[in-house]
Order: sequence, then structure tokens, then C-alpha cells
Amino acid sequence: MTTVANGDEVVYRHSGVIRLTHWVAVLCVALLFLSGLQIFNAHPALYLGQRSDFARPIASVGAAQEDNRTIGVTKIFGFSFDTTGFLGLSGPANEDEQAFPSWLTLPGYQDLAIGRRWHFFFAWLLVFNGMGYLLYSLLSGHVWHDLVPSARQLRGTGTSLRDHLLLRFPRGEEAKHYNVLQRLSYLIVLFVLVPLLIVTGLTMSPGLDAAFPFLTNALGGRQSARTIHFICAFALVAFAIIHVVMVLLSGVLNNMRSMITGWYAIKRETHVEPI
Amino acid sequence: MSNQFNRRRVLARLVASLGALPLAGCDFFSDNASVRNVLDRAESLTMAAQRLLLSRHALAQEFTEADISTHFRANGSTDPDDDAYQILAQSGFKDWRLQVDGLVQSPLQLSLDDLRAFPARTQITRHDCVEGWSCIGKWTGVPLSMVLQRAGLKPDAKYIVFYCADSLGGYLDQNKYYESIDLIDAFHPQTILAYDMNGAPLETPYGAPLRVRIERQLGYKMAKYIMRIEAVETFRHLGAGRGSYWADRNYEWYAGI
Repeated sequence: MTTVANGDEVVYRHSGVIRLTHWVAVLCVALLFLSGLQIFNAHPALYLGQRSDFARPIASVGAAQEDNRTIGVTKIFGFSFDTTGFLGLSGPANEDEQAFPSWLTLPGYQDLAIGRRWHFFFAWLLVFNGMGYLLYSLLSGHVWHDLVPSARQLRGTGTSLRDHLLLRFPRGEEAKHYNVLQRLSYLIVLFVLVPLLIVTGLTMSPGLDAAFPFLTNALGGRQSARTIHFICAFALVAFAIIHVVMVLLSGVLNNMRSMITGWYAIKRETHVEPI
Repeated sequence: MSNQFNRRRVLARLVASLGALPLAGCDFFSDNASVRNVLDRAESLTMAAQRLLLSRHALAQEFTEADISTHFRANGSTDPDDDAYQILAQSGFKDWRLQVDGLVQSPLQLSLDDLRAFPARTQITRHDCVEGWSCIGKWTGVPLSMVLQRAGLKPDAKYIVFYCADSLGGYLDQNKYYESIDLIDAFHPQTILAYDMNGAPLETPYGAPLRVRIERQLGYKMAKYIMRIEAVETFRHLGAGRGSYWADRNYEWYAGI
């Protein structure tokens, strides 16, 4: 802990392992998401159960004809939405009939084979990265000290939620540690969302299904696993968006510096004396 | 003045390229041979991990009659555009012979009746397409291991290659569909040369007269319209050298994922 010229206190917030694994995960998740959408585009429909009931997907994206023109249509649980320009039909002249637009897929052109190559490479990298992170976090006590909230913090969840919504972020001593919302959301991402994404990804593999059929069955079948995989991917993206918004709103330079160099500045508390 | 203009242009270009990074950047990388070589390493890792961690004898899950798909999607070729095949099909494949050769002690020529004379295996399994969908069907056929045992594999045989009648590029396409598997999959009890589907002779869209079932891999491994089976030491001399029609087109040779 150091104090700099202007009186701000500077604390070493993120260790090297945390910073490195964080940025590797950012890279992996981004590329997995984009290549995953490429893979989804090869058969843009979701089902429940072991097999695909082609007549009754629970969700699907496609192009359709309406009044002599082509439109993009997204169907969810039987409800139909015109999503021309984004889902089903997109591109500069709205001529590309594909589920997700090319600016959201990796590669940008339609190529399932290359999409899979990207997806599996970065899936492996994410697994190795995750193992390194977990090993370090469990051994160093990061999980217990920094992530698992105390009973007192848990009682303050409501207050913390209100403060976040009002964009009042923790200051001073409070800002030295993750607040309860951070702890809960990081725990959910690390120990629920990402493991579920990995397991549902693995249960789409016919090789793994032969060895561990109970896993696939526990998830409701291969097509259910695929659907859960898709939902979890979007839940992770939703987390990432909120995470980035919070980073921007709660002092972007300080936050970025702390995740790059490890050092985080705590603003000196200026007390206003009562008159 | 020109400096400022340059700076502005550079800035504009920077912003534009940053915006296009997810597209152009990754397309550049996707097309780059050395990047592809790195990405392709994941396949060896996947195969090594599956072969190391999963039992070689693990059977794919089998289902009940009630689970069979009412509509089983047919992908790839659905009616081979090949003169010789069409002539064979017109006579109900009575003149069709499965050629079994390569690194074997005694090459075979097997008719459909010959294949049906082997002990048969019936399995209701899930077919997982690389595109993402799954269908369940009932397959009856002769275990590939029995055919290979009758032919007698030579010690240097490492892979089994399936040569098919179809070419996905149409009549003029010289690239016939082919697939290959290693001996672990070839001798797996559920690897069968199927002549029946859902209790009736295989229909044309599903690979008549004979297709292979490799239940622990994706659909594209399960070659249809099989004309010949060859035991080889390497498949480098075939097609583009990657061991299968789709592997030559960037898909994984090992399709266990």
C-alpha cells in the first residue's frame, strides 16, 4: 500500500495470475461467442430433448417471404418477430440470408468448418486458462477472501443493488474489496455459468456421450444441452456487457490500470465538517 | 497542413480498422495458413484427450423404438449423380458388390446377400450432424470387424477407407466422397455396415445399398453409398491427404466432437 502525491491511496488489487487469466478469458470468450454464432448459423434452430423435432423447434431464425419481399424472421415459443436487418436477413443491402449477421460471426463469411476450428481451439485455451485460475485462486485463498461474501455483506445485498442502480459506487475502505454484487456475480459466472457452458459443450460431443451418457441425459438430452449452451452463452454476454458498463461508470482509467498493472487508486476521503 | 491531413487520415483509418477488426481481422487470420495450423492443433488435442480419457469400448447410448425420429433428415448427397451407381440401383443392387481390398490377406467381393448372411447387429442410435441437429434411427448391419476378420488385416494396416459412389459437386465433380477411420473405431462393436434402416432396406437418401455407422463420431463420418473398403497404412495419397472428403475441406478428420 502506498500513498501518492495527491493523497490518494494506491493498493495492489489484482495479482499477476488474476490479470493474465482475466485477459486470456476475455479473448477466449469473445472468440468463442463469435465462432459459436457461426456454428449456430449452420442450423439456426433450437430444440429440447435428445433429437430435433424439425417441425417444432422452440426457437428458430430464418428468412421468409412476405408480400413479395424477403424478411428476416425470428420465432421463439411460437411467437414470430420481424428481425430484418439483424436476424435472418442482414448485410449492407439486406441480402444475406443467415441467422446471425456476418459482423457477429467468426469468420465473417459462412464457413462452419473454420468456425469449429476457432471454437475448439479457444475452448481448449479457456479450459487451460480456467484450470490455472482455479488452481491459483483456491490455493492462494482468492476465492475465500475476495469472492465468497460474508454474512454481513450478504445482508447488504439490497442496499448494494440500490447503490449500483443509483450509480453510487463504494469509496474509501469499502472500495478496497469487491462489493457483494461483484462477489455474487463473479461466483455465478465462474462456478455456474462457465462450468455449465463447458459441460453442455462437452455433451454435444458424440464421443463423450458414449462414455458419459448420464451427463447428457441429466441435461435433458443432446438437443436440450445445445439449447442450454446457447442460453448460457448469451447470459455470459449479458454479464460481460453489464461488467463493461460498470467498469466505464466506476472510473474506467483506474479500473483498467488495476486490471493491467494491478494498482488501484482509492480516492482520499474529503470530510465535510459540520458547521 | 498535409501533416494534419495525414494524421486525420491515419486516425480515420485506425478507427475504421478497429471497427472492422472482428470481421476483417479474423477473416485474415482464418485464411492465414500458419494461423490455421495453430488452430488445427486443437483437433489432435481433442482426439488425444478423448482416446486417453474415454474407454475405447464405451458404447454409444441406444434408444427404444418410441424414440425413433418420424422424419430423419438426409444430408449431403441424397441421390448419387453417377452412371454406374444409377445402373446398379435400377436393378435393386443385385449386381452391386462390396469390394474389400488393400492390406488384407484375402480380398473380398461381397453381395448384399453375402453381407446379410453375416451375423447382424441392430442398434437404435442418435445421429448427430455437424450442423447441430440430431435424429434417432434404427440401423441393422454387419459389424465391420467381422468383414475385416474374414478378409484378414495385414499387420501394417492402420486405417480403413470407405470409397463412395457420390460426389457432392454434381455430375462433373471428380471428387468422390470418401472417409477413413482408425482401427479402434473400425473394430468398435457398434461400427456396422448398415443395409437396413428402421427395419427396411436402406433408402437412397440414407445411403443405399450400404452405409457405415460410426456411432461415437459425427454424421459426416458415416459414409453412404459405399462401393469399396480398403485397408491402408496411410491416407496421405488420397484426395488432399487429410483422410476424408470433409477433412479435405477443413472439417476435423476426428469427428468425436
